[in-house]
Amino acid sequence: MSAVIEPGHTAHDEHPHGPARGPMRWVLTTNHKDIGTMYLWFSFTAFLLGGSMAMIIRTELFQPGLQIVQPEFFNQMTTMHGLIMVFGAVMPAFVGLANWMIPLMIGAPDMALPRMNNFSFWLLPAAFGLLVSTLFMEGGGPNFGWTFYAPLSTTFAPESVTFFIFAIHLMGISSIMGAINVIATVLNLRAPGMTLMKMPLFCWTWLITAFLLIAVMPVLAGVVTMMLMDIHFGTSFFNAAGGGDPVLFQHVFWFFGHPEVYIMILPAFGAVSSIIPTFARKPLFGYTSMVYATGAIAFLSFIVWAHHMFTVGIPVTGELFFMYATMLIAVPTGVKVFNWVSTMWRGSLTFEAPMLFAVAFVILFTIGGFSGLMLSIAPADFQYHDTYFVVAHFHYVLVPGAIFGIFASTYYWLPKWTGHMYDERLARWHFWLSFVGMNLAFFPMHFVGLAGMPRRIPDYNLQFADFNMVSSLGAFLFGATQLLFLYIVIKCIRGGEPAPAKPWDGAHGLEWSVPSPAPYHTFGTPPEVK
Amino acid sequence: MMRHPRLWMGLLSCSALSQAQAAWDVNMRPGVTEVSRSVFDLHMTIFWICVAIGVLVFGAMFWSMFAHRRSRRPQPAHFHENTRVEVLWTVIPLLILIAMAVPATRTLLHIYDPSEPDLDIQVTGYQWKWHYKYLGEDVEFFSNLATDRNAIGNQAPKNDHYLLEVDEPLVIPAGAKVRFLVTAADVIHSWWVPELAVKKDAIPGFINETWTRVAEPGLYRGQCTELCGKDHGFMPVVVEVKAPADYAAWLAGKKAAAAEATAQAGKAWTLEELVAQGERVYRTACVACHQPTGEGLPPAFPALKGSKIATGPKEGHMNIVIDGKPGTAMAAFGKQLSDVDLAAVITYERNAFGNALGDSVTPQDIHAFRQARETGQGMQPAQPQ
Repeated sequence: MSAVIEPGHTAHDEHPHGPARGPMRWVLTTNHKDIGTMYLWFSFTAFLLGGSMAMIIRTELFQPGLQIVQPEFFNQMTTMHGLIMVFGAVMPAFVGLANWMIPLMIGAPDMALPRMNNFSFWLLPAAFGLLVSTLFMEGGGPNFGWTFYAPLSTTFAPESVTFFIFAIHLMGISSIMGAINVIATVLNLRAPGMTLMKMPLFCWTWLITAFLLIAVMPVLAGVVTMMLMDIHFGTSFFNAAGGGDPVLFQHVFWFFGHPEVYIMILPAFGAVSSIIPTFARKPLFGYTSMVYATGAIAFLSFIVWAHHMFTVGIPVTGELFFMYATMLIAVPTGVKVFNWVSTMWRGSLTFEAPMLFAVAFVILFTIGGFSGLMLSIAPADFQYHDTYFVVAHFHYVLVPGAIFGIFASTYYWLPKWTGHMYDERLARWHFWLSFVGMNLAFFPMHFVGLAGMPRRIPDYNLQFADFNMVSSLGAFLFGATQLLFLYIVIKCIRGGEPAPAKPWDGAHGLEWSVPSPAPYHTFGTPPEVK
Repeated sequence: MMRHPRLWMGLLSCSALSQAQAAWDVNMRPGVTEVSRSVFDLHMTIFWICVAIGVLVFGAMFWSMFAHRRSRRPQPAHFHENTRVEVLWTVIPLLILIAMAVPATRTLLHIYDPSEPDLDIQVTGYQWKWHYKYLGEDVEFFSNLATDRNAIGNQAPKNDHYLLEVDEPLVIPAGAKVRFLVTAADVIHSWWVPELAVKKDAIPGFINETWTRVAEPGLYRGQCTELCGKDHGFMPVVVEVKAPADYAAWLAGKKAAAAEATAQAGKAWTLEELVAQGERVYRTACVACHQPTGEGLPPAFPALKGSKIATGPKEGHMNIVIDGKPGTAMAAFGKQLSDVDLAAVITYERNAFGNALGDSVTPQDIHAFRQARETGQGMQPAQPQ
């Protein structure tokens, strides 16, 4: 599992040199740490932008009636919020963490394909520049939901949909290149003695995530290309009037979309599997079963896509197959949760910020898992489908799941990145305010969903008013708290108590064998792992 | 409008209020059909299973967080493997899932059996209203949102059925098995009535089947649940279940009204009558996009005020209203409205919002336009872009 550290092989490789001077350092860099940093800042910027859109949504939903935006713009906000959070905030954050940490964890000098690494990052600002610019175009930006179901996104779409399609293509290329890089790095650049089954779980979950990305991003590219053909070249893939099939869109989209949700959570599973053992001062329970469970989840993710489509009228045998397959996912996911709890059991626990976020991750992600299990029951899903119950479900797996996983990782490795300890007191404030805000925002959504409130509506019946107001207050609290996170990170970069090479006494792994901050070049000579 | 006092009262006495009003509803309602009750039972069963598992797992976590803190246990244990428990916590959840799948399968098979219906109703989703057609009965109508637009804009008070009220509900007989054939005319919609546990996507080019049987008369409300564009949140579903005798009387009344409307088409309409009727039609069929002022929401929804078409020749105006504009949200209203309503609304548009042409389009004009087109002599329908 975690590697035995061989001290001595650290900062100094054959040609020691630091980063280039001036802004071109960031444009031309092939250094995994620089690129990781850029990914993380990009992700945080997108997180604030997507979050601002959520604030607009929650302000409109604060009371019944239309107050600050019209339905047309509201739909653009829900769509862009989803797209930016999925493709701009969560995915780049994990690629950033992978860039920074995978070479350090496996004793590699850099990513395997550094120039491609630079290109895959710089595609992202271009893609998101295009996507966000659609908001200022005549007819407005994408307004058909982040799932962009045809024919609303084809025949009935605003003109800017073509820019949206191109932006998705660019993001897809970026993700595929990032994934190839992770696979090449993990399979080829491991230090001597670092066998696959000794890798930290973060490397394992990212390896599997990378295969998911390579498998499904081309499918996403395919579906948007079919849209492009329908819109501009007279085909009728999704146009019923031309003999096409609107349901085909959903099958292709969700064949991408379901593995995509695991792409957004598996790396967090990996990070939490490093953090909990560190602060429990006890090895991860069931390392091998964790690896197999991740593989099982990845496999199952390919055969459950139609559970997003229980109401489209697929035949009853199809409903049954997808219901059973979906229920099965609870088994490997359960194994992971039980392993994390067993890792904590009879450990010697402390609750620094990374551990607080990691423990909240386990609890709240499990709540999201429970609602996921409820949603898998097809007859019950007829009542839940496309209501706020679903919104509650996927925000519980994405916010305290993916995003708390990212916060936990950030606090855990921030001393390694900056060479300073972060302000623990402020970080705990960040945790508790996020925890309270997030639960206030998303827990009442279960209630309004079960009581009958559909998702993606800008206005609602009075019976939903009180819980929506609570939700909005919680969302404002959660949103504002993230500015505190920005402050904590900047404060940590600028100074603070110097961090030792291994700031956490219970930590294991090669990343803690290099000084803090990690030198610009590490493991020029591979470490020996015993 | 300010609801803060109620919010705080509610937080203090949550349960008491939830009895009095639906505002603090935290759960699904069991509904009024056999299917909805079995769905509710499934929902509660899986919920309690999740609660039980949650109590065990979170209980263990919280105990560990309390008892296994470093201040109480400076020396951690070192175990990190146990094949027996790993197998147990793989197999036991699997068994629970199998136990859960059995009733779920039974309910699903029951829902998927729309055979031997007493009545067939075709449900068609339009942007943004529902159309109901009683197959074999020659009765059909649109069901539009009836909520006052001023209430949505906060200039008028909101009632209890705000956004859940329609001008004409779907009426079905109590006790009968009613089969719904669900489809759509433009984008995908989804027809949902929570109390009946019926939700089915309305997809252009597809006809989905679903059904219900409601024992007791009553009024049941739901909404479109698939994002279908701008006014997705403003196309409610209302189902009125009537006792069989009342239903028969209602159906006879609808048929008589249809015959009356046909007769009306032949009479000579004055400009004033057409404008008055046209304003009513505009309020239900056109106002969502072209707005009460006729100024639209350009560029997606163009203005009618001073527009080339609405102030141009009658033929062009009839053409776009009857055939729509493919590739845009402008639907072909020739399929949706009667000759009288088409004539009225076109006349209204030519004489409202400052468009003062003073001319009128009569039901006979519409009839002639349709006839000419069928024989291939009138204007061609607009071509796709």
